[in-house]
Amino acid sequence: MNINLTLIAQLVSFAVFVWFTMKYVWPPLVRAMDERKAKIADGLAAAERGHHEHELAEKRAKDTLVVAKQQAAEIKAAAEKQATVIIEEAREKAKEEGGRQLAAAQAEIAQETNKAREALRAKVAELAVLGAEKILRKEINADAHKDIVESVANQI
Amino acid sequence: MMSGSETLTSGEYIKHHLTNLTFGQFPDGHWGIAHSAEQAKEMGFWAIHLDSMFWSLGLAALFGWFFMKVAKQATAGVPGGLQNFVELMIDFVNDSVRGSFSGKNDMVAPLALTIFAWVFLMNLMDLVPVDLIPWLSGLIGIHHMKVVPSTDPNITFALAIGVFMLILYYSIKIKGVGGFVGELTGMPFETKNPLLKPFFTVINLVLEGVNLIAKPVSLSLRLFGNMYAGEMIFILIAVMYSAGWALGIFGGVLQLGWAIFHILIITLQAFIFMTLTIVYLDMAHSEHH
Repeated sequence: MNINLTLIAQLVSFAVFVWFTMKYVWPPLVRAMDERKAKIADGLAAAERGHHEHELAEKRAKDTLVVAKQQAAEIKAAAEKQATVIIEEAREKAKEEGGRQLAAAQAEIAQETNKAREALRAKVAELAVLGAEKILRKEINADAHKDIVESVANQI
Repeated sequence: MMSGSETLTSGEYIKHHLTNLTFGQFPDGHWGIAHSAEQAKEMGFWAIHLDSMFWSLGLAALFGWFFMKVAKQATAGVPGGLQNFVELMIDFVNDSVRGSFSGKNDMVAPLALTIFAWVFLMNLMDLVPVDLIPWLSGLIGIHHMKVVPSTDPNITFALAIGVFMLILYYSIKIKGVGGFVGELTGMPFETKNPLLKPFFTVINLVLEGVNLIAKPVSLSLRLFGNMYAGEMIFILIAVMYSAGWALGIFGGVLQLGWAIFHILIITLQAFIFMTLTIVYLDMAHSEHH
């Protein structure tokens, strides 16, 4: 328990030890810790940024989807409208064509009827003449009808 | 179990344990290692405690080697186990410094770490069974071996004086000689009266002088007293081992209890030494207090 040279020796070693810690121990460790802190902060910031970007992208996707849906609806409406127009046109055309064909048919029928009528008429005249001839052949007697024949012959 | 011969009395055993391995000059002029406490005392100031120096330097070297090894490999990436432990210490010290030290000085935190780690390690030697290392050193012919450097007042005073010198250095560096002297003489009693001023100056100087001197004295004596008392109790418990098996078992239980309690004390003493150093240096750095 004597105070002696140990005191001074210890004082010197204390100074050396503090210097050693200050020079070789403290700075690298603190530097590494600060670097890690900065890295973690950067990482957190990047994560935050990524999160934000993700949110933006989601929003953008939603917007695009809405626009696309709207466009699709528009296209669908236009197509429906066009389809109606086309159907309408087709109907119109069909009606027209039908009318035309009907008219043609009617005209043909009329023609045929006329033709038939003409033929019939000719045949009737022929038959009438034939019938008349037959009747005449039976009825006519040259004596009785001599004056008629003679008048006809006279007219020639 | 007692170190040395069986004929030792309890008193001699205790005294033996409290004697440092002292190297110095004998009264007859030749240099050598003292063989008893009386011889060591006769050597006066120009003697050195080889055991205190050996253990304190050995522990300092151990700490320095370990921390430098970690510091060299320190990465900003994921830290390994050792680095994690060291960083925990650094963070702990850094927080203490940031909490108590308001000035800006890159030396304070490493100083605090050095003090904490060194005092803690020196105190830790207290938990080694009191007879183990003296017995081992007895085997190689060294008869006095005090393994706890912080039970040597030379060691604790040296640390405190080192801190005290830093207090003086920074007080003068920051405030200038005039400011420092003004702080010692101008407070706590202030006056504008030219007649009262010399009187107050003397009173202030006495008060502040005591205040200033009390810092290193209390710093070193607190650590020394705590560790010396703790060591003494370990030695007294060890004495019980030679007093029959009943007392021996009782002593074993006591030793265990005291050792567990001592874990708290050695850490607390290291922490107090560090914290007070930071606070004193903060006071040295601040213009007004």
